[in-house]
Amino acid sequence: MTDNVVDIKKLWTVFRNGDKETVVHKDLDLQVARGEVLSIVGGSGTGKTVLLRQILGLETPAKGELMVLGKPAAELGKRGAASRVGMLFQQGALFSAFTVLENIAFPLRELKTLPVNLRRDAAMLKLQMVGLGPDVADKMPSDLSGGMIKRVALARALIMDPPLLLLDEPTAGLDPESSDSFCLLLRALHHDMGLTVVMVTHDLDTLFELSTRIAVLAEQKVIINDAPKEVVAFPHPFIHEFFLGERGQRAMELLREYPFTV
Amino acid sequence: MPTDPSTPRIEERDTPQGLRLELQGAWTSAALTSKPAWESVSAQFKALGEKKDADWSLEKIERIDYLGAQLLWNHWGREWPAQIQIAPAQRAVFETLAKYPPAEAAPSKKFNWSEPVVGLGTRLLGFFDHLKAFVRLIGQLLLDLLRLFRHPQEGPWRDLSGHLYHIGATAMPITALVGFLIGVVLAYLISQQLRQFGATAFIVNILGVSLIRELGPVLAAILIAGRSGSAITAQIGVMRVTEELDAMRVMGIARGFRLVMPRALALAIAMPLISVWTTIAALLGGMLASAVAMDITPSFFINALPAAVQLSNLVLATGKSVVFGLLIALIACHYGLRVKPNTESLGQGTTASVVTSITVVILVDALFAVVFKNIGI
Repeated sequence: MTDNVVDIKKLWTVFRNGDKETVVHKDLDLQVARGEVLSIVGGSGTGKTVLLRQILGLETPAKGELMVLGKPAAELGKRGAASRVGMLFQQGALFSAFTVLENIAFPLRELKTLPVNLRRDAAMLKLQMVGLGPDVADKMPSDLSGGMIKRVALARALIMDPPLLLLDEPTAGLDPESSDSFCLLLRALHHDMGLTVVMVTHDLDTLFELSTRIAVLAEQKVIINDAPKEVVAFPHPFIHEFFLGERGQRAMELLREYPFTV
Repeated sequence: MPTDPSTPRIEERDTPQGLRLELQGAWTSAALTSKPAWESVSAQFKALGEKKDADWSLEKIERIDYLGAQLLWNHWGREWPAQIQIAPAQRAVFETLAKYPPAEAAPSKKFNWSEPVVGLGTRLLGFFDHLKAFVRLIGQLLLDLLRLFRHPQEGPWRDLSGHLYHIGATAMPITALVGFLIGVVLAYLISQQLRQFGATAFIVNILGVSLIRELGPVLAAILIAGRSGSAITAQIGVMRVTEELDAMRVMGIARGFRLVMPRALALAIAMPLISVWTTIAALLGGMLASAVAMDITPSFFINALPAAVQLSNLVLATGKSVVFGLLIALIACHYGLRVKPNTESLGQGTTASVVTSITVVILVDALFAVVFKNIGI
């Protein structure tokens, strides 16, 4: 058995819009080894989120093989899927009719085997592991701030300790401070729980803070999948634009100015 | 005995030092949540009871995660047992557990005698709250209509025509079908009774008055309340959930003028038309059924109808329909605007909207019947 948690071979994604066909992925290969934090980057329309949804089995590729934890991705959504893969959606996707604790315990509750006290304990533990206090437990999702929603959603994704965690823009919509602390939290959890993480992000800080590998999507495939240092040095116009372009420079300038403006 | 080596289980061994409890298999959420595994494990725990002096050995465990650890930790009474063999990685999991306070037991619901009284009061106040908001909505609609009258070119005319199409034109097949069938059913039932008295010709009077004055408008209103009332509430409610209502407010677009008024106008125009349409279909059904059941020819039916039903009935029916349409639109908008930004509230709002508008339609119909009892009959 290979040690690849995600194994994508010769994957094709085609969107049909009437008569027009758009090929998003063409013979795309991607492997994610156990314990890694892989970030997928790419320009808009290169199918990052689609790839994530395909790994989750929410969408089926046109062609190609997509294995997650040694099984086809399409079989992922069966009973107890929460123990195989956790997903943090961009907006959190908390169930708005349930309290925070009910939201976190929901995957366990639906399996209908464990007694209620153990479920509550397990949910409360995860709630506190993501850095929220017990006082949040009985609140409704609509009463939470954006950062708290992300944390609760993360706790729910981790309730059954899945080996694989997928993140869609984990720090989008968070202020810099909560974004930093969320990164720290993710790193600590990755370390403590031995998670394999696949994420899509545009945030350069998050990218360098967390990733052990970066996969760059361009020209309908993965042009490079390597350690961050190697990726930045790779000669390709998109990489140049993305990491060293105006945005990267501006970020760096801000970093330089920061001590003087305070 | 379980044959799968990764099934979580406890093996008891008697050693010279005392009882030794060896945990084996995978103590993970995936394994523990399978029904047979959970049943055997919890039975084993129950059989063990409180054996404080046992020696726990966790070293043979295949894998343990936070759920498995929580289970053991709870069994130990949230403290380390006296004797334990544990790998350092496993110990770290338990230490994380120990760091955080446990969940409080779910609050048990006790019956409180003041609750029914408070509940009744809350409901009564809630009713007045609804009434207040509804009156405000009517007032706002009047102001908006005034504004439309003064500056007709500012009106949301495209919206109005869209709503007219969706509320009116697309409702025509279903209202016709229901009206037709009700006409048939009524004619058959009445024909049985009339034949006993030999008064079969009166079928025209009975059907004419009941369908034109009463059943046509009410049937159409109930159908439209279920069909368009729910749609309006859901539309506006989703706009609340997705913050579109707030966006409109920020842009200075009056939601009364832009959302409520076009829907109210469209229903006020479409409702009488649909009502007449339903009545025609019902009369057609009644006419056909009387021809089949009582040999009353359609030509006689059509000739006798104007004499049997005074024109004032038609006027009354149309006026009633306008009121019904306005009420359905306003109630639907009222509940739509009160939806809170979560899915449950959206569902409740839509249900409440349909139930309320149907009830109000029937109430107002009764009111019309009492007030205009001397007209047209």
